[in-house]
Amino acid sequence: MTGDTTTTPLPDDTPARARATAPAPPPAPASPPVPRAGGAPGRRRTRRRTRRGARGGARWGPYAHIAPFFVLFGAFGLFPLLFTGWASLHRVELTAPTDMEWVGLRNYARLLTDEFFLNALRNTVTIGILSTVPQLLMALGIAHLLHHRLRGSTFFRVVVLTPYATSVAAATLVFVLLFGRDFGFVNWVLGVVGAGPVDWQNGRWTSRIAVSTIVVWRWTGYNALIYLAALQAVPDELYESAALDGASRWRQFVHVTVPSLRPTILFTVVVSTIGATQLFGEPLLFNGSAGATGGSEHQFQTLGLYLYEQGWVDLHLGRASAIAWAMFLILLLLGAAVALVGAYRRRRTP
Amino acid sequence: MNRLMRGFARRFPRRALPLAAAVVLGAVPAAGCGRSGDDPAGRTVLTVGLFGSFGYEEAGLYDAYMRLHQDVVITQTSIQRNENYYPQLLTHLVSDSGLADVQAVEAINIAEVTATQADRLVDLGRAPGVRRADFLPWKWAQATTRDGRTVGLGTDIGPQAVCYRKDLFARAGLPTGRDAVGRLWAGDWRAYLETGRRYRDRAPAGTSFTDSASGVLSAVTGSSARRFYDEDGTVVYKTSPAVREAWDIAAAFATEGLTARLQQFTPAWDQAFANGTFATVSCPAWMLGYIEDKAGPAGEDLWDVAAAPRPANWGGSFLVVPKSGKRRAQAVRLAAWLTAPAQQATLFRRRGSFPSASAAHALPAVAGARHPYFGDAPTGRIYTRAARGVPVTVLGPKDLVIAQNLADIGMLQVDQKGRRPEDGWDAAVRTIDNALDL
Repeated sequence: MTGDTTTTPLPDDTPARARATAPAPPPAPASPPVPRAGGAPGRRRTRRRTRRGARGGARWGPYAHIAPFFVLFGAFGLFPLLFTGWASLHRVELTAPTDMEWVGLRNYARLLTDEFFLNALRNTVTIGILSTVPQLLMALGIAHLLHHRLRGSTFFRVVVLTPYATSVAAATLVFVLLFGRDFGFVNWVLGVVGAGPVDWQNGRWTSRIAVSTIVVWRWTGYNALIYLAALQAVPDELYESAALDGASRWRQFVHVTVPSLRPTILFTVVVSTIGATQLFGEPLLFNGSAGATGGSEHQFQTLGLYLYEQGWVDLHLGRASAIAWAMFLILLLLGAAVALVGAYRRRRTP
Repeated sequence: MNRLMRGFARRFPRRALPLAAAVVLGAVPAAGCGRSGDDPAGRTVLTVGLFGSFGYEEAGLYDAYMRLHQDVVITQTSIQRNENYYPQLLTHLVSDSGLADVQAVEAINIAEVTATQADRLVDLGRAPGVRRADFLPWKWAQATTRDGRTVGLGTDIGPQAVCYRKDLFARAGLPTGRDAVGRLWAGDWRAYLETGRRYRDRAPAGTSFTDSASGVLSAVTGSSARRFYDEDGTVVYKTSPAVREAWDIAAAFATEGLTARLQQFTPAWDQAFANGTFATVSCPAWMLGYIEDKAGPAGEDLWDVAAAPRPANWGGSFLVVPKSGKRRAQAVRLAAWLTAPAQQATLFRRRGSFPSASAAHALPAVAGARHPYFGDAPTGRIYTRAARGVPVTVLGPKDLVIAQNLADIGMLQVDQKGRRPEDGWDAAVRTIDNALDL
């Protein structure tokens, strides 16, 4: 983008704006909020009340107000997390969950040589890439289109969001039928154009593509709307000046839209990556009703499915806990990598 | 219980897929929970926790019981799939909370429940109104601990027959009468394989002899006494001659192109019933309703039922009573009544679940039963004879894991991916070893 005159004002200006519209909380405003009416006197009264309150019981009031969240988080977030970590250091079966036998890091050590875990990890990465990349690219394009052209934009926004509102189960069931080997719609279309039928579920790659398709179908619209929201914070003048400079729609997209959306794109990449790591419902149901095997060769068994199989089919709670924590650690590593890249970029462009 | 009750993870009832999907969405059904208590009118509320559809309510058994016992009200909770129900039942049992007064257990899980949870369950063997002689001995034995406590009462069993398409048999030049068809393979699963070869040589276009190699594998293993475990509780499936023979026969079906390369209880399998692309399927009593459903009105009178090569059992259930229940005595009485021969006969007549109470087999509701959809086949006679010959299978706690991986990993690779039988076997063994390893 350097050297292109139409975009020179962008790098300083747009990221902050786009950040303000990203789902993360906006930075605190520099100036205090303007009181509704009365101006200064009202403000003074507020301040006095606050000071008085600080001496009394209201000191703990804020904590009481936020307590429900932390109590719930402690009970349903933190405790399970820690207990899962504790269980992962034991041999413990669902038939007798209180008989825990200490095994140290054995459950983790065995993951390193567990062909099923490594296979699930590979599948998760593959399906993650196969679903995230096209999904975000298409979402960008759709957001760009929705932002500019359309008249009945509300209608199209609802249409785009419909897959997201559909349940995983319903969507996957339909896709199972679409990708059916004998009577599937996709194979029928392939037959019409002269290609042979594909056994989608049994192929190593075809099955992963099919599962990715479900993810792409469900999440593209959701991401498109996030992009669209961010896009609407981009000042129209940028597009106008770009147009005046003779930039085509495509160049506007490349040089105005994409740079403006960079923080939002990072956000969607992070969220999609987390989602891809935890992928569960789609591959489970894509297996028809055959459970968590992920196909006869585990060809689309994700980490989430393997965890489920270990814990709830094979009843090994300790091993399943170790898989859960391994997934958590993988996400932490990914997060650290993203943070490092971000820090590096910031240092390079002060 | 009936066709819905198959314990395998893949055994789906009619409309289970969407419902199971709800579980995936995190809407874990509130199952089997709720303690008994008294209702406002002072009557005792008894809860029954089931999976799938046992048909007690539909067959009017609860109403009948409440008429007999005016002081009792029965409520039922049900989770559609056993694979979701069973882990929850285990969790409730070991944490001693959320249990219903009476709970169901699938046959494939009964060995594990008997081995690990017997201390938490009432010994029903000595309960008033329970007569051991009423039940099939092997069914009784499956829920009895080594020290002689019977923690579960049998509801139904899954004696097997072979369902076949008369029209396809006729076009392939095979006999169509159910007795003649039964004679084609009587006594030997290899004769069933031989019939498959005859069918293939003159098969109507677009059809196969049977649905799946995994189905054959399940059927053949179901007709042997010792399959995955020996009497000492050791896992012996790798060296078990019965498993080996079943594997070889099923693999022959796959490699010789006698199957439609389907996986049972998947949407594709259902579609194949509707489209009539295979000619035979091993069908336990509870599967008749499933076939009727999936093949639809178009399949009426095209399907018929013949005796299986050898008597075998596939599926069935038990009722257990947790010790921690507050209304234990009443719960035991209810469980005993629900599994008594007369009620089991009613359930067969109304719902097709074949009684595990042998005393019910002679009752006219069972012995004289015919199935109109299957050309008025004398299903009562066929399944009673099959049930009589079923061997007492040695069960083990991990039967489900072993059976499922042999079918859904190993044999499925051979059938659908064209792997060599040895490779499929190795893949299944690796998966099972990993699953059984603590």
